[in-house]
Amino acid sequence: MNVIVCVKQIPDPALPGELDPSTNTLKREGKLILDESDSYGVEMALQLVDTAGDGEVSLISMAPNGEVSGLRTALAMGAAKAVLVSDPELAGSDALTTAKVLAAAAQKLGDADLILAATESSDGYTGTVPEQMAEVLGMPSITFAKSVAVEGGVVKVARQTEAGYDEVECPTPAVVSVTAGVVEPRYPSFKGIMAAKSKPVEECTAADLGITPVGWGGANQQIVSVEQAPAREAGEVVEDEGEAHLKIVEFLEGLKVI
Amino acid sequence: MGIDNIWVFSQEAGGEPTSATLELLTKARTLGGSVSAFVVGDGAAIASTLGEYGAAKVYSTGDLGGALPGAAGAGAMQAVIAGGDSPDLVMFPQSYEGRDVMSRLSVKLDRTLLTNNVDIAVDGDAVKVTTPVFGGETMVTTTFTGEGPFLAAFRPKSFEPEAGGAGAGEVVAASVPDLGASGAAKVTAVHVEESTGPKLDEAAVVVAGGRGLGESDKFEMVDQLAKMLGGAAGASRAIVDAGWVPYSMQVGQTGKVVKPNVYIAAGISGATQHMVGMKGSKHIIAINKDAEAPIFGVADLGIVGDVHKVMPKLIEALQAR
Repeated sequence: MNVIVCVKQIPDPALPGELDPSTNTLKREGKLILDESDSYGVEMALQLVDTAGDGEVSLISMAPNGEVSGLRTALAMGAAKAVLVSDPELAGSDALTTAKVLAAAAQKLGDADLILAATESSDGYTGTVPEQMAEVLGMPSITFAKSVAVEGGVVKVARQTEAGYDEVECPTPAVVSVTAGVVEPRYPSFKGIMAAKSKPVEECTAADLGITPVGWGGANQQIVSVEQAPAREAGEVVEDEGEAHLKIVEFLEGLKVI
Repeated sequence: MGIDNIWVFSQEAGGEPTSATLELLTKARTLGGSVSAFVVGDGAAIASTLGEYGAAKVYSTGDLGGALPGAAGAGAMQAVIAGGDSPDLVMFPQSYEGRDVMSRLSVKLDRTLLTNNVDIAVDGDAVKVTTPVFGGETMVTTTFTGEGPFLAAFRPKSFEPEAGGAGAGEVVAASVPDLGASGAAKVTAVHVEESTGPKLDEAAVVVAGGRGLGESDKFEMVDQLAKMLGGAAGASRAIVDAGWVPYSMQVGQTGKVVKPNVYIAAGISGATQHMVGMKGSKHIIAINKDAEAPIFGVADLGIVGDVHKVMPKLIEALQAR
């Protein structure tokens, strides 16, 4: 079984985010890392291929600047190869264009039983790309998967709902988006890290995939203002010396909550 | 042209429209033009309430027979649009189903979409939506360019729902066309997780736990305190990712947005990803041992202390009352 995983390389979320004042979009310069949300999809894909006993895990990613460090992390976990769509013309693309590009990259790899993605990235969190990809590819899709199994050409998913979860199934090939925390992503071994350095990463442009890059101009959306939200004022801070819980009781009493 | 025709993707839960649906209908009424509700399911059953909140027309696909709503809903919407009733704007609640339907529709119509919004304004032909970034510290306003329909999703609790007093909406059937492979996902079983007390995003009191609890079984303190205060228990992304509690309990950018009267954060440092989901709470109490934790910057009452000492004493003091 062959599984494609969509991965995003993002600025380290531990560092404070910044908007580029000229374009009002998120600054994505400097080192990018594998979005933690995607590590769950990579792990799940590796487990599914293991269970199937054949096939491999491939990665697809889109980045404006040829960045591969996040991809190498996923390759070190065990993915076999990657396609990176790297094209400065893609900077400023909307989610729809991203979905078209990733769908074309998936088609270039060809022959996947399953395409996995996170439910949303940790930096842009639009949360629509997996389902949009499925529509572009004419595939069924199941979003918000807590668990995924593939048996005899059928994908079976436990899908998160407001009330609990649903069991959902569809024939392969299909697109499935997975929630975080569903599997424990493995740490790349030293051997894995060394092996990842020589695994194939094919770079291509949007034009190579037959997509007209739209970037800023064609995104059909334009940022018109960026403002600081009114700050919330900090209140009283007390050090606990054994009696601080009484402050909470008093506070709740004052609000008539108790 | 102006924004004359607005659709609101409308959802039902427990026989009534969801509060997120009613919020959007309320807001849509103020934007001018006609408002229609689009129900992917049985619209007739909730048409009277939808009408009360502003939907003059209620499109209804009827029961989907277990199909997931994403492909079916987008297919039905596209068919109505092709039939001549084309909206200028479609508003979606930021829910599992709302996102799925709008994603598919954006591809079918080849239109961009904007998610995570908390406000909308119409100015002539222009539609502007506002979304918080960096944990809500910065508000970014974006306008749609090009032609409609404009597709926008809104976080729950962005608007106050308010009935407008109109009669039931006129129910119009919207059939789901043949979707081929893309509509093949089917629900085979539904599991409702046992939950007592109020829903997380509707509770007046929310007690949430984070990594500072140390280990998963300490979350029981959070549960217990929530129950004692008649509230709901929530969690930071860190402990959801760690598998301590289910995703449905996550408060934050990638979880639920809550605006309770009182929010108690136990062992939560206040990563921006968490803050965006709870900063709108009326009153915030934080317990954390790190005096530098960002959560203290938004707390009305901050306790710098060990959550394992403060919480049990607090629970005991409340029990003694």
